[in-house]
Amino acid sequence: MTLPLTDLLAIFPELIIAATACLVLALDPITPAPRKGWLAWFSLGALAACFGITSLQMGVRTMAFSDLVIIDPYASFWKLLLYTVSGLTILLSMAYLKEERIHLTEYYGFLLLALSGMMVMVSAADLLTIYLGTELMSLSLYVLAGFKRADGRSLEASAKYFVLGAFSSGILLYGISLLFGVAGSTRLSAIASAVSARGLDDPALLLAMILLVVGFGFKIAVVPFHMWTPDVYEGAPTSVTAFMAVAAKAASFGAFLRVFLEGLGGLKANWHVLFLALCIATLALGNLVAIVQTNIKRMLAYSSIAHAGYALIGVVVAGQVTADSAVRSLGLSSVMLYLAIYALMTLGAFTVVALLRKGGLEGEAIEDFAGLAKRQPIAAFLMLVFMVSLAGIPPTAGFIGKFYLFMAAVKADLAWLAVLALLFAAVSAYYYLRVVMVMYMRDPQPSTGLAPHLVASPVLTVVLACALAGVLVLGLYPDPLVSLATQAVLALK
Amino acid sequence: MNDVSMHSGFPWLTAVVFLPLVGALLLFFVKETAVRWVALGLTLAELALSLPLWIFFDPSTPRMQFAEQVAWITAPSINYSVGIDGISLPLILMTTFLMPLCVLVSWTAIQTRIKTFMAALLLMETAMIGVFVALDFVLFYVFWEAMLIPMYLLIGVWGGANRVYAAIKFFLYTLTGSVLLLVAILVLFFHGGQTFDILLLSGVEYPSALQSWIFLAFFAAFAVKVPMFPFHTWLPDAHVEAPTAGSVILASVLLKMGTYGFLRFTLPMLPDATDTFTPSMIGLSLIAVLYGAYMALAQTDLKKLIAYSSVSHMGFVTLGIFALNAQGIEGALMQMLNHGITTGALFLCVGILYERTHSRLIADNAGLTGPMPRYAAFLVIFSLSSLGLPGTNSFVGEFLVLAGTFMWSKPAAAVAALGIILAAAYLLWMVQRVAFGAPVAKTAPKLIDLNLREWATLTPLAVLVFWIGLFPNPVLTPMHASVNHLVEHLDQRHTAVARRGTLGTDGRWLTITADGEQPPASAKSHLPPSTIGQTP
Repeated sequence: MTLPLTDLLAIFPELIIAATACLVLALDPITPAPRKGWLAWFSLGALAACFGITSLQMGVRTMAFSDLVIIDPYASFWKLLLYTVSGLTILLSMAYLKEERIHLTEYYGFLLLALSGMMVMVSAADLLTIYLGTELMSLSLYVLAGFKRADGRSLEASAKYFVLGAFSSGILLYGISLLFGVAGSTRLSAIASAVSARGLDDPALLLAMILLVVGFGFKIAVVPFHMWTPDVYEGAPTSVTAFMAVAAKAASFGAFLRVFLEGLGGLKANWHVLFLALCIATLALGNLVAIVQTNIKRMLAYSSIAHAGYALIGVVVAGQVTADSAVRSLGLSSVMLYLAIYALMTLGAFTVVALLRKGGLEGEAIEDFAGLAKRQPIAAFLMLVFMVSLAGIPPTAGFIGKFYLFMAAVKADLAWLAVLALLFAAVSAYYYLRVVMVMYMRDPQPSTGLAPHLVASPVLTVVLACALAGVLVLGLYPDPLVSLATQAVLALK
Repeated sequence: MNDVSMHSGFPWLTAVVFLPLVGALLLFFVKETAVRWVALGLTLAELALSLPLWIFFDPSTPRMQFAEQVAWITAPSINYSVGIDGISLPLILMTTFLMPLCVLVSWTAIQTRIKTFMAALLLMETAMIGVFVALDFVLFYVFWEAMLIPMYLLIGVWGGANRVYAAIKFFLYTLTGSVLLLVAILVLFFHGGQTFDILLLSGVEYPSALQSWIFLAFFAAFAVKVPMFPFHTWLPDAHVEAPTAGSVILASVLLKMGTYGFLRFTLPMLPDATDTFTPSMIGLSLIAVLYGAYMALAQTDLKKLIAYSSVSHMGFVTLGIFALNAQGIEGALMQMLNHGITTGALFLCVGILYERTHSRLIADNAGLTGPMPRYAAFLVIFSLSSLGLPGTNSFVGEFLVLAGTFMWSKPAAAVAALGIILAAAYLLWMVQRVAFGAPVAKTAPKLIDLNLREWATLTPLAVLVFWIGLFPNPVLTPMHASVNHLVEHLDQRHTAVARRGTLGTDGRWLTITADGEQPPASAKSHLPPSTIGQTP
């Protein structure tokens, strides 16, 4: 079998990222220590190149490798988001790893490998390709989560993530094999026709669907498949936590939407109810448990669970049997918009967390933020903006994200769900504002004697400026992103 | 309500809305020592900028004036659309008028992080004026919610001992109310022809059942802000803990957002539901009037006393609004201004006293007439204004509200009048103790009379008290056309024709206060007598 050039051209960005990852890993031992930073810049260059190529591919729709891979505006949207997020994570890591004294350049290699896995996931038109991408992403993340080798919590995070991740991958694979048994193929298109031939009540299809829900539920961390999230988010190095919370979630959502709409679209009537239940449970548990957290990384972990719940509203809307194409496309585009906005504000928040040092260690307790507004007003203001945005209060991007989701819900006659979700949003304001309260209204505890401060570094300024600009600009002028998401959704069948 | 007169030329409203925002950003480039002066200059410039709105306002038309519209978000179509009518104009002027006073009263009271404080004040001003000028529902909501964060910081950072609790309580109460408003806005969007234009949405007839749901959602948002009984519990905490400027903004402007919401959205958009819920709204208003006054009687803390008097006074406002006739609504609008002026002034008085004695307790601040005669004079003036003495501003508003209520129901008016008597009781009792009581040894040496700055803070308000009390026409005239239009709009929807149809005969009392002007057109029935009392 020969590989046609056109196929290779279609996955050119994936090739670049994978090749860069291998190069970084290979060059690491032979790069002299003071120049290791160059590898990070090299990775950034590769990301920039891919961003350019994918932007050019934005209007393209093509299949490659005998329909295993699809390049369409939908995949390109996610890829652009993933490049942005990965680029910012690399910048953040450059400062963070230095502070944590982690001098292992493999870090960037694994980050890029994870990214290439995510790119495969969002670009896959076949369940096995998706599985391949998921595993590539997950295996790299297991390693990254354990990168603080001297810290027991980091190792615990890695092990826990690995065990539960492997378990969920197994469930996913079991679902895929059942579908293969029914459809005789793992192509999403073939599965779609098998579903329409077999109808809604086929037990094998139902079981497979449930297994896929569980498998993907683990990846996007919805209740009740969220148990790993707080521990892993808390233990992993903060830059990796940010990457997991943002990029891994986005990629998993990208693959999951395609599977359920293109492959299992015929089973809408069944999965719609399931997701409705998961959505409500996720919103409730994520928001309520976040209230009692004292560690900011755990708090953000529960907040990320809650945000997956909000995003699920769009999926529920798209899955309504009565929904016409306009409603469906509004529901899906609002999910994509929401995750893009969520990515920016969460990354911004984690950046502030990662760089808050207290006596040479990370300031992870929410109390460690006490009095930050007095000593570092700019850092405190940035955190204020990210928290306000996460709470969904205008004029920040977080409001725009929620606005479109709730508009979709109301359009689909699910106003009650919008009310419920918004009440939980009001609950969430409590724990987000607690961070603001501690920063602005508390003085640092005199007992510790160690005043927390934010590390200053030019790369960090870039990350924070990008996140802040994103949160404010998208809050006031969301049009470009909205039209990009709308255009991307039209590509989904 | 579809008329908008588009304004070409200088974008006055945009300038008025965004000048404080630009000023807030500017403050960060100003030296710490000059911040107060720059903030004062900015708020005065803002006041000057808002005066042309009043001068060039055409009182003969209910149309939206100085209107501007620019496309903002394309899908769904959301516009930056602003304009003012006789309902919003007085509230905007009141806001721009009070802000320099807020800066003045914080001059020495606020010592820490003065830059952030003034920036928060200016951000508040942009958001508050934005709420009053917005003609697009999403734009309105953005301004409405944008107020929360600066106010949260004002209370939480510069407030009293229990400030953190008060700040979060304020925030969560108002946010919970507002999120329901957001869903209601979205529902209206899909039922009202896929638009967020407030005037277009007001022209649509919604099914009755839907109206009721939307009414309840609006109610949640607006009643918390007013605050109406039983959603008022955040108010005493927030008022007491906020710094003086924060209390003034809360009492004078923020509370008006709720009643403005009723006037701008609930009444025009949901006339059927308004009729259905009117008895309950009147009932809640009456409870607020009496309960607020009763609670005020029991207070030992000056700020808390004024806070509960706010609940009572705002009860009058909602009473006037839901009397649903021209007198009631105009009186409510008047009362919104008067409460802003008088209660704002009372909070300023307490703030000035607190700076000296560091106590807000009535018992600690007794016998002021001796050491502080000028201060005591102001306190007496504002207290008399608050209890609605004829010749002061509140009398005009309360009289109109009571007249409107009387036409709706005589017993309701009688109950409301009881509130005025109670107001006289708690205010005069307070004045008696504070102004004329025996001085307390602990605080007596600290009692120094007003300095020039404080004098300059209180005098403009005292002038307004008497000016509106004696010559209310310059304030009433711009309201007439818009209020009449609103009442006509309610009539056109053929709801409760009978009640308003009877107004024609005794509508002439308005000529007394309106200086020979004709009774409003709506006060006469537009419908032939045979249709009165029939449901169409």
